[in-house]
Amino acid sequence: MSQFVYVTYIRATPEKIWEAFTTPQFQRKFWFGMHQDSDFRKGSPWRIVFEDGRTADSGEIMESDPPHRLAIKWRNEFRPELREEGYGHCLMTLEEDGETTKLTITHSIERENSKLIEAVSGGWPKILSALKSLLETGSVPPITHQRAKV
Amino acid sequence: MDAAFKALADKSRRQLLDRLHNKNGQTLGELCEGLEMSRQAVTKHLDILEAANLVATQWRGREKLHFINPVPIFDIADRWIGKFERGRLRALSDLKKSLEREDT
Repeated sequence: MSQFVYVTYIRATPEKIWEAFTTPQFQRKFWFGMHQDSDFRKGSPWRIVFEDGRTADSGEIMESDPPHRLAIKWRNEFRPELREEGYGHCLMTLEEDGETTKLTITHSIERENSKLIEAVSGGWPKILSALKSLLETGSVPPITHQRAKV
Repeated sequence: MDAAFKALADKSRRQLLDRLHNKNGQTLGELCEGLEMSRQAVTKHLDILEAANLVATQWRGREKLHFINPVPIFDIADRWIGKFERGRLRALSDLKKSLEREDT
């Protein structure tokens, strides 16, 4: 199994973070201009959409318990060598911790040395860093907003 | 950020992060293998890294796995390096690496 775990603490409520994570106009600000297309209900389709409308990744909402837990079945769609690895699993959890919220992203796939996990692991720290600045300061530093090479 | 700088200021802790960077999701036992440090010392260093949010842990069954968490380092980069052009910094860093390689 290939897996990584990313954690960040954000000075915002779980509700606010959930809203930012699941709303396209917020997503575009912290996700390299991309947005997600889903109603975020269990069993619903889910995809990440490039600015030009192409699908970057797609899958299904496996669990949805707002504002604490969201699990997504996740496959890359635009890089054939990643797409052929099939579906991975991404879990987001939000736990209140005093005045901050602990946001944890666990992204995994049932294979060793996964290229998918390597590719998304280049993006997540930037996305989380940008989400944190957006929620805490209202803006995103230009450096985090540069498109990831994934 | 103080916690991240303090945690990174120690060679043994950076060595533990290097080991997680090479292979993510290790148990305490795996991390101790081949190290000169005692198990207690490794445990103490891992606690400091976890408190600084540079290491995240998860339980899988009865095993506690350790994962490197680079998010605080990205936050540091955003705050100080974001003012400069990262492309030029990378070019300089690549140049330094290739020149140093030629030396050896």
